[in-house]
Amino acid sequence: MSESLRGVVVSHAALAQGLVEAVRQITGEADPLIPLSNEGCDGGLLAARLKHAIGDGPAVVFVDLPGGSCLQAAVRHQRTATDVAVVAGVNLAMLLDFIYHRDLTPAEAAKRAVETGGRAVRAVTP
Amino acid sequence: MTLDLVRLDDRLVHGQVVVGWGQALAASLVIVMDDRVRQSEWEQELYRMGMPPHMSLEFASVEEAVAAVPRWLCSSQKTLLLTGDVDSLVRLVEGAPAIRRVNVGGLHQQPDRRQRLRYLYLSETEAEQLRRLAERGVEVSVQDVPTARPIPFREIP
Repeated sequence: MSESLRGVVVSHAALAQGLVEAVRQITGEADPLIPLSNEGCDGGLLAARLKHAIGDGPAVVFVDLPGGSCLQAAVRHQRTATDVAVVAGVNLAMLLDFIYHRDLTPAEAAKRAVETGGRAVRAVTP
Repeated sequence: MTLDLVRLDDRLVHGQVVVGWGQALAASLVIVMDDRVRQSEWEQELYRMGMPPHMSLEFASVEEAVAAVPRWLCSSQKTLLLTGDVDSLVRLVEGAPAIRRVNVGGLHQQPDRRQRLRYLYLSETEAEQLRRLAERGVEVSVQDVPTARPIPFREIP
């Protein structure tokens, strides 16, 4: 990879902003992550905002739910773009890991995010 | 009547509908009525990704929906019908006058639309179309989620 990956976090309400802010507080850096809310957007407007946020470089789009308007906008964009991968079910653990592993291809980074994020979800018993 | 909700919502299948309305009405079938999506297999697959396992999703053109309304009304399956544009909604109600109540959910920003509520933008043409439906005796109410107060369309600025 000659260009580091960018991450775009797309969510309902202010979840994306909160996740990116949490990454910033924990790591001191979150510039490679761009938060986007679906507030006030139909599918077309959200897709346009997503396209603007991604720009021309390689990117991973993290969406909150494995269905719904955020995922739909991401997949619609992915069909017209090269070098864009989509991960549904974003969590803080995968974003923290992503920040430090942006030298991968989008597909590799997406696979890594699914593994890292999945490992972070567990039932904790005393 | 088991066509429990006929809803105008430009996001079609999304959380507010599947989780919010689906849970509140205990719906087990969602119908997306959209002429374009009816012809697009990849878009149908995209909408299927958002469905919980206990709910089914079907797609219909407006013409197919008009023909199927009598069957849906007699079905024991609790059903939500979604459409994303005012024209399709009007065509449905004109073709299937048994539908006496429609819900206006989210319609979002477009260049020719004016904001009426936080989640509702309508052009003057769209507002007039909905007004005419209401004048013909169809109950047109605006309500984004089940816990919100349904607002009669005549109260919309």
